[in-house]
Amino acid sequence: MGRHSSHLHNTWHLGIKEFHSLLGDPTMLFLILFMFSVAIYSDAHSKPESLHRASIAVVDEDRSQLSGRILDALQPPQFIPPVHVGLADMDKGMDAGLHTFVLDIPPNFQRDVLAGRAPSIQLNVDATRQSQAQTGTGYIQSIINDEIRAFAARYRAAAPAPVKLVPRSLFNPNLNASWFAAITALINNVTQLGILLTGAALIREREHGTIEHLLVMPVTPLEIMLSKVWSMGVVVLIASSLSLQFMVKGALGVTVDGSAVLFGLGTLLYLFAAASIGIYMGTLARNMPQFGLMSILVLLPLQILSGALTPRESMPDMVRWLMSFAPTTHYVSLAQAVLFRNAGLDVVWPQFLMVAAIGAVFFALAHQRLRRTISTMQG
Amino acid sequence: MTPAPVIRLAGLTHRYGKVLAADGVDLELPAGCMVGFIGPDGVGKSTWLGLIAGARKIQQGTVEVLGGDMASQRHREAVCPRIAYMPQGLGKNLYPTLSVFENIDFFGRLFGQPKAERERRIAELLEATGLAGFADRPAQKLSGGMKQKLGLCCALIHDPDLLILDEPTTGVDPLSRRQFWDLIGSIRTDHPGMSVLVATAYMEEAEQYDWLVAVDSGRVLATGAPAELRTRTGAATLEEAFLALLPEDRRGGHTGLTIPPLAAGEVVIEARGLQMRFGDFIAVDDVNLQVRRGEIFGFLGSNGCGKSTTMKMLTGLLPPTQGEARLLGEVLDADNIETRRRVGYMSQAFSLYGELSVRRNLQLHARLFRLSRAEGDARILELAKRFDLTPVMDALPDALPLGIRQRLQLAVAVLHQPDVLILDEPTSGVDPVARDHFWALIIDLSRKDGVTIFITTHFMNEAQRCDRISLMHAGHILASDTPAALVAARGAASLEDAFVGYLAEASGITLAPKSAPTPAVPQAPATPANPPSGHIPRFSLARLFSFSRREAVELRRDPFRLTLALLGTVLLMLVMGYGISMDVENLNYAVLDLDRSAASESYTLRISGSRYFSEKAPLQSHADIDQRMRAGELAMALEIPHGFGRDLARGAVPEIGVWLDGAMPMRAEVARGYVMGLHAQTLAEGVAAATGSRSAGLGDVAVRYRYNPEMRSLVAMVPAVIPMLLVFIPAMLTALGVVREKEMGSILNVYTTPVTKLEFLLGKQLPYIGLSLLNFVLLFVLAITLFNVPFKGSLAALCLGALLYVTATTGLGLLMSTVTESQVAAMVGTSIGTLLPAIQFSGMLDPVSSLEGVGAWVGMAYPTTHFLTICRGTFSKALGFADLGSAFIPLLIAIPVLTLASALLLNKQAR
Repeated sequence: MGRHSSHLHNTWHLGIKEFHSLLGDPTMLFLILFMFSVAIYSDAHSKPESLHRASIAVVDEDRSQLSGRILDALQPPQFIPPVHVGLADMDKGMDAGLHTFVLDIPPNFQRDVLAGRAPSIQLNVDATRQSQAQTGTGYIQSIINDEIRAFAARYRAAAPAPVKLVPRSLFNPNLNASWFAAITALINNVTQLGILLTGAALIREREHGTIEHLLVMPVTPLEIMLSKVWSMGVVVLIASSLSLQFMVKGALGVTVDGSAVLFGLGTLLYLFAAASIGIYMGTLARNMPQFGLMSILVLLPLQILSGALTPRESMPDMVRWLMSFAPTTHYVSLAQAVLFRNAGLDVVWPQFLMVAAIGAVFFALAHQRLRRTISTMQG
Repeated sequence: MTPAPVIRLAGLTHRYGKVLAADGVDLELPAGCMVGFIGPDGVGKSTWLGLIAGARKIQQGTVEVLGGDMASQRHREAVCPRIAYMPQGLGKNLYPTLSVFENIDFFGRLFGQPKAERERRIAELLEATGLAGFADRPAQKLSGGMKQKLGLCCALIHDPDLLILDEPTTGVDPLSRRQFWDLIGSIRTDHPGMSVLVATAYMEEAEQYDWLVAVDSGRVLATGAPAELRTRTGAATLEEAFLALLPEDRRGGHTGLTIPPLAAGEVVIEARGLQMRFGDFIAVDDVNLQVRRGEIFGFLGSNGCGKSTTMKMLTGLLPPTQGEARLLGEVLDADNIETRRRVGYMSQAFSLYGELSVRRNLQLHARLFRLSRAEGDARILELAKRFDLTPVMDALPDALPLGIRQRLQLAVAVLHQPDVLILDEPTSGVDPVARDHFWALIIDLSRKDGVTIFITTHFMNEAQRCDRISLMHAGHILASDTPAALVAARGAASLEDAFVGYLAEASGITLAPKSAPTPAVPQAPATPANPPSGHIPRFSLARLFSFSRREAVELRRDPFRLTLALLGTVLLMLVMGYGISMDVENLNYAVLDLDRSAASESYTLRISGSRYFSEKAPLQSHADIDQRMRAGELAMALEIPHGFGRDLARGAVPEIGVWLDGAMPMRAEVARGYVMGLHAQTLAEGVAAATGSRSAGLGDVAVRYRYNPEMRSLVAMVPAVIPMLLVFIPAMLTALGVVREKEMGSILNVYTTPVTKLEFLLGKQLPYIGLSLLNFVLLFVLAITLFNVPFKGSLAALCLGALLYVTATTGLGLLMSTVTESQVAAMVGTSIGTLLPAIQFSGMLDPVSSLEGVGAWVGMAYPTTHFLTICRGTFSKALGFADLGSAFIPLLIAIPVLTLASALLLNKQAR
C-alpha cells in the first residue's frame, strides 16, 4: 500500500475523531450555532445606517416659522426628533453624551435671512463620536441650506444651480449598512472559529496526554495537523455556508449577487490559513490560559485592521503593509468583491493566491514547530 | 463492643444514568477505627466516599456524618473543618505549579490557621512524611508516591476527626507505600479519636484494617473485621474471602493462574548504555538489558526512578541522549512508522480520548492500525468481551472508574496484535479480579502468541509472575534476575521484602520493623469529641485572600502569560490606536471625461486637489467603470457627459454622474458627502465669479467641533480603545479560572473545605483586578505620552471608573468560566461575549443611542458602554464625578449582578 494512501487514511480517521469530539461538547455546538445565527442577526440588525437615529438637541432662540421648518426637517430615520433645551443646558447634554449635535438658532434668524443679512446658525458637534459627527454634519448642513433656500424662494427669487450632481451607488443601491455588517460578522466568525477550534484542539491533546499516545502509533505529526485542519475547516465551512444562505440572504434579506460557490471556495482556502495559524499558536502556547490570551492578541488586529470594519486605504501605510501579511485582509477583499460586486475568479484570483500562499507558510511553520515541540515535551 | 457510629447511611441511592453507584445502602461505621472499603472497580466505593465527604450532592437517602445530616448545608459547613478528603488519582487536588510547602500552606490558610501554627504544623508534617527536603519543589515534579504523601499532608493540616482516603496508595511503590502506612499509624497514635475511611485495591493492606466493608454493585456484601470475614467464608486470605462473598456470576470464573514454562526465542528488545538527560538532570543512566521473544519482563522501581523514561526510549517516543535501543534487531528511530505497528504501548497516565465513547476510542485505533472495518469490528467485539468492557461500550471514559479506564487502555494497546507490548503500570488501580484476568491474558499472549512483554508494576504478586525482573532506582538498574533468584540473593522472606530492602539500602533509609497500621483502641466516641478549633466564620477574608495568594503565585510562575497580559495590551493599543482611523481619506477615484473641454477639466481639478481623494488613471468607457469598480480598485467614479462645457455655457444644467462603490456603505456615504460638498463649493465660487458678488448665501451654518476641534482620529479613538482592551484581556484572564479547575480536578478543594462560593470567586478575581489595573495604568500613560492625547478631566473619576470597570469585566470572565464545562468552550464563549458587544454595541463606532433591537439592549447594559462614556468624558470633555455620575451607576450594578450570577451557577458539590 502506498505511503500517500496511508497518509490520507490516517488523516481521514483522525479527522472523523475530531467530529465526534465536537459532538460530545454540546456547549461548544451551541456556541457555534449561536455565532452563525443570533450573533450575525443581531449584529446586522442593530447596526445603524450610516446616519441613523442621531441624537440632536436644539436651542431655538428664534421660534419663527423658519426655525420650525428646520426642526421639522430633522426627522427619523436619520435623526431622533430634536429635543428642545435651554441655552444653559446645552453643554450639560453634550458632556453627558446625550446629544451628538446641538443646534443653536439665534434670535431674529428668520428676519435676518429675509433681509439678506446671511445670519449663522451654530452647530455644535461632539467630535469624539467621529463617524456620526462626520456624516451627520454634512446632512444637517444640507438640510438647513435646503430649508432656508425653499423658505426664501417664496419671498425672493434665487438662481437655480447651474450643474446637477447625480450620485448613484453600485452594488448596494440604498447603502444599506446591515448588508455590510452581516458579511463582516460572518467573516469575523470564520476567523474566530478557524483559529480557536484548531489551536485549542491541539492544546487539549497536549494537556490530556493524548498526543503522546498518537505518536506511538503509526501516525505522523503532519497527519495530526492535517486532520485538525480539514475537520474543523469543514465544520466552519458548513456553518458559514448555511449562515450565508439562511441567515444573510434569508432572514436578513441581503441581496447577494455573487457566486456562493466561489465564496465557499475562498472560505475553504482561508480556513486552511486560519487553522494553520491556530495550530502554530497552539505550538507556541504551553497551556490553555496562554493560548486564550494569545488568541485575543491575534484576533483583535485581524478583525479590526483587515478592512472589514473601516476602509483600508485610510489606515497608515505601516499598518497596511503589516496587514498585507494577514490572510484575513485578502479574504475580506475577496468576500466583498465576490458577494457584493459579483466578481469572478478572473478578478479575485490574486486574493486567492495570497490566501493560499500565506496559509502554506503558516502551515509549514506550524509543522516544523509541532515536530520540535513534540520531541521536547516528553519526559 | 462497637463504639457509637461516626457515619450512618440509610436508604442511600445514587445513580449515574443507568448505573447504580449506591443501591439503597444502609450502613453504620464505628468511630475511631480504620475502616476499609473493598470491592471491584466501578461498584460505587468512590461515590460513597464522596457523599460522606460532602463533595457530592445526595440524590436519595440520608448520610449522617459526625452526628448530623450531610444534606443540610449548615451541618456541612459546621463539620467540614473536621473532615479531610483525599480524592482518587495521584495528586488530583494539588496545585502543580505550587511548591510542596505552598500547597500545604494554602490548605492551612483555608482553615484559618495563624502563621505560627501553620509553620509548626507544616514542619511536623514534612518531617513525618520525609518530604522536608523537598519543601520547595513544585508538586508537578514529584513522583507519584511523594504526591500521595503531599496529598496526605494537605488533608492532615487541620487535625481532622474523620480522614477519608480514596485509593491513597494506588500507583505507589512498595517502599513509599510502607512509609505511607507507617505515617498514618503514627498519626493515629497521636490522635486516637480519629476515624479513617480507606478505599483500596490492595487486599494485603486491607488485611491490616480494623473493620471492612465489602462492596459490590452499589451494595454492601458484608461487614466486619478482616479475620471475621475470613472465618465466615472459610478462606485463607482476604482476597479469597472477598471472591467467596461475590455472587457466582461476578466471579468471572476466577481460578488460580498457572504459567507455562518459557521457551524464549531471539532477542527482541535490547538496550545498550541508554542515557537520558534533561538539562542537568540525568533521569536514566547506563541502562543495559535484553528481553527475548515471548518473555515477560518486569521492570520495578520506586516512583520517579526513571522507569517511564526508559520505556519511552524503548518505544521510540524519546530519543536517548546516549546509547541505543534496538527493537526486533533494528535501531529505534522516532520516524519509523513500521516499528510502531509492531509495538503496543500503554502509558501510565490515561491517554485516550475522554470525550469519545469507549467504542469510538477502540474504533479509532482499529482504523489507525489499518484494520479493515469487518476485521476491526470483530476484534473490538472480542476485546470488549475479554476485557469486560461490553456494558460500558457507549460510556465516556471520563465518567468511568480508574480500573475500567485501565482495561480500556490495555485493550487499545493489544488491539493490533503487536509483537511487543510495553506496558507502564497497566494494573494500577485495577481490582484483584480484573488484574488476574489481565494477567491471564498477558500469559496467554506471551506463551501462545510469542508476544514479548515489558511491564512495570507495583504489585509484588504480579512481579512474581514475571520471567525476569529488573530493579531500578534513581536512573540505575540495581539488580536483574528471576524473582526467585533475587529473593534468594537478598535472603529475604518475600519478593516485597527483597525489593524494599534493595531500595532502602540504595536510598539510605532505615525502616522501622515492618509495622502494620496500629490496631485501633476504640476510644471515646468521635462525636462530638474534638470540637472544631475555634469558630468558623461564614465569610472570611482570610480564606478569600488565600485563594488570591495562590492565584497570584500561579500567575507569577507563568511569566509567559503575565508578559502576554501586560505587553499584549500595549501592543494592541499601538495597533488599534494607529490603525483604526475614522478619517476617510485617499479614496481612490477616476474620471470618465466624455467632454474633454476646459470646463470639464476645471471641474475635475477641484476634486483631484482635495486630500480626501486620490486620482487614478482616467476611465475610458462605461465598461471600464464597471470592471474597475468590480475589482474594488475604485471607490468612486465620475462621469462628465458629452457637451458638458457647451450645456453649462447655455445654462442647460448638465448632469454629472457619480458612481459609488456601495459594498462598503460607510465609505460610500462619506465619499458622497465629500463630493457633494466640493460640488457646492465649486458652484458657489463659480456663481460668485460670474456675478461678481461676494456671497450669494442666504444663511449659513457655522460648525463647531467640540472636544476635538481638529477632528483628530487619535483623540477620538484612544479613549475608546482603552475600554476595549480592558474588557478583552481581563475577561480572558479569568475565563479559564474556574473551568480549568473543573477540568484538572482541583475544584474538589472548593467542595470539601470551608471556603464559600463567594470567597472562592472573589479570591480568584482579586489578582486579576490588580493585574488589569496595572494594564490600565500602562494604557493611560501610553495615551498621554506616546499618543499625545490631552487629558482634561478628573483623574480620580477615571481611576475609579477603571477600577469598577475591570471588576465587572473580570467578573464577566468568571461567569463564562462558571457556566461552561470545557476550557475551549469557555474561551470561545468569552471571545464571543466580549468582542461582539464591545466593538459593535458599546458606542465605539456608532453611539448606543443610534442602535436598535437586541444591540441597543445589550449596549445599554454592557459595562463597556459606560466606561467608554467615562473615558471620553474625562479625556476629551474635561468632566468629573458630578457630570458622569450616571455612567457609574450601571457599573456599580453590573458588579454584584455578575458575581451573584456566578455564585448561583457554581456548584459547591459534584453531582
